[in-house]
Amino acid sequence: MLTYIVHRFFIMIPTLLAISLIIFVIIQLPPGDYFESYIAELQSQGESVDLEKIEALRRQYGFDRPVMEQYVYWVWGMLHGDFGYSFEFRLPVTEVVGDRLYLTALVSLMTIVFTWIISFPIGLYSAVRQYSWGDYTLTFLGFIGLATPNFLLALVLLYIANVFFGTSVGGLMDAQYIDQPWTWPKIVSVLEHIWIPVIVIGTSGTAGMIRRLRANLLDELEKQYVVTGRAKGLPPLKLLLKYPFRLSLNFFIADIGSLLPSIISGAAVVEIILSLPTTGPMLLGALRSQDMYLAGSFLMFLASLTVVGVLVSDLALAVLDPRIRLQGGTTR
Amino acid sequence: MSSADEPGAGGRHGHYVSDAPFDPYSVEKLTPEQEKYYLASQWQLMWWKLKRHKVAMFSGVILLLLYGSVLFSEFLAPYDLHRQNTNFIYTPPQSVHLVHEGEFIGPFVYPWNYRLNMENLKREYTPDTSKVQPVRFFCLGDSYEFWGLVPGSFHFVCPPEDGTLFLLGTDRLGRDMLSRIIYGARISLTVGLIGIVISFTLGLIIGGIAGYYGGLADTIIQRVIEVVRSFPEIPLWMALSAILPVTWSPILIYFGISAILGLIDWTGLARAVRSKLLALREEDFCVAAQLIGASPTRIIARHLMPGFMSHLIASATLTIPTMILGETALSFLGLGLRPPITSWGVLLNEAQNINVVALYPWLMLPVVPVIVLILAFNFFGDGLRDAADPYK
Repeated sequence: MLTYIVHRFFIMIPTLLAISLIIFVIIQLPPGDYFESYIAELQSQGESVDLEKIEALRRQYGFDRPVMEQYVYWVWGMLHGDFGYSFEFRLPVTEVVGDRLYLTALVSLMTIVFTWIISFPIGLYSAVRQYSWGDYTLTFLGFIGLATPNFLLALVLLYIANVFFGTSVGGLMDAQYIDQPWTWPKIVSVLEHIWIPVIVIGTSGTAGMIRRLRANLLDELEKQYVVTGRAKGLPPLKLLLKYPFRLSLNFFIADIGSLLPSIISGAAVVEIILSLPTTGPMLLGALRSQDMYLAGSFLMFLASLTVVGVLVSDLALAVLDPRIRLQGGTTR
Repeated sequence: MSSADEPGAGGRHGHYVSDAPFDPYSVEKLTPEQEKYYLASQWQLMWWKLKRHKVAMFSGVILLLLYGSVLFSEFLAPYDLHRQNTNFIYTPPQSVHLVHEGEFIGPFVYPWNYRLNMENLKREYTPDTSKVQPVRFFCLGDSYEFWGLVPGSFHFVCPPEDGTLFLLGTDRLGRDMLSRIIYGARISLTVGLIGIVISFTLGLIIGGIAGYYGGLADTIIQRVIEVVRSFPEIPLWMALSAILPVTWSPILIYFGISAILGLIDWTGLARAVRSKLLALREEDFCVAAQLIGASPTRIIARHLMPGFMSHLIASATLTIPTMILGETALSFLGLGLRPPITSWGVLLNEAQNINVVALYPWLMLPVVPVIVLILAFNFFGDGLRDAADPYK
């Protein structure tokens, strides 16, 4: 078991390094840098530009050094918890980001739980009653959820929440709680707001999950041991819950690997529409103003969230399913 | 179960010998249908199997219709794409009637009475039910250039003479939503196609190398795929499309966006190719081809590809919707396509705030074709995937 964990950790390191390299290339690609657009902006407003000061800033952040050196500098800083400097906010990235990372992680986690709660009974039902009307209807509903663009659903739900429940529009909490310490009313306020993004982001992942769970269970239900159990006279429900159901639990853990990227990806857009205090809206702003360290940190964070999520699911799977440990390799 | 020649309990059966001449080469005669079935090609079998899948066939027809409409957008749309009707800003959808005061007239519309409510400055449109304005079919209307080449002004349906026909309402510049949706289909439907061509090529080549050569190449490619897959798609698309220079023309941006969509999405296809190749390259016919001295390219292209092409097409059909949704999301955020290029995402960009939902909900209508298209692609892809292996 220990060798497996160590092995799995060592695989993660080159993956993260490669990801950081790709992100660095992406944020370096746009022509010019933040200072150029900054100078242009100042000039368009008719203000004088202190070129010497800008040059000094450039040197301070290492913009005059070779690209490779900048990359090493950036990665080295990240290892020490220094994510660089946000030029737009004139603050270290860590301070700008603040609570946003936790809130993103919270929304993603709740969405996963929501997806599980919804898709598990539906997937089970669809597999056991294959080709029944219930199966068709539920599958169709799942597909509708898949096909509706998230952002529009977010808008409509926002409107409904506002008209029928009187929840304030947008955000993750009522205005008076922003920047306040965590208290009980604040938590309640967050819970009142969080269900919209969770439902909206969850709809797209649910359909895929139902389909995969259904296919998985159908394969399992055809196997010999199920037939044997049935021939022995086991009651159908007991038979289902005792064997195929337990196997499909494994699948649920394993499926985080494909669920997590889609949730985080869908979340980015929905967060922008709902103007949540999470990573999505700030990433968009940072990309637009070429605030490269901020954008880079967000991309890096989102990608690492996926990598770590997959790692956790792999480890949990190894605990649950002894066959995986024997193989010693990766499960994916 | 007793008959005359059956022995009683404890009795014995007599020894029976058939008189018919024995012919070791006789085979059961096949009926013409059976013969047709056994001799049919793989694609023929797939087609038969697909035909039985009713939902997939229906979706296929819808896809054909949608892509067919792309060819004749100018003819189908009642108005020109950029025609602004400044007197009709934010009009709600106009309904088509058939019967006026108990008398059958055929499709006609009532003109709008416009009044600005001075209290809340809301534009109020009420139908004027005293006037009847029949809709014209196969008529001359707004002039256009068919695919930017042939000038014309012939439309399938036109607004009544000195009347309006806004079946899905108008936007903030008084442009007809229906016409804009019809034109938008041209962009939205093709973005996915260009993207899939790119990702198909990439997936085929990269997956082919990994699957056929195996070993180190396989390991490296597997790692690369894993890295690319751990990026959440939409943030990565956002970052990449933020790179596209602002100075580019809208058409270049369009190709740029399609390329970006394709560049990220090849991993799934590459994996499918790889796993199929790994299974197929151990087959005897592949070894035989190697012994004869066929080159790897020839073996892959001539002998292995037909074995998994059907699967590939099926999974490609299932990736197109992701790209179309991706384009829609990007354009909605203002990072994707930009006006004057009109896609469904660009149209939805207008429906970005909650006021629209409350006041002008018809601006959200472009989402209907998006949903229909995505559903059709998904169901059709599902059917294709089931049909892809007809020997099963």
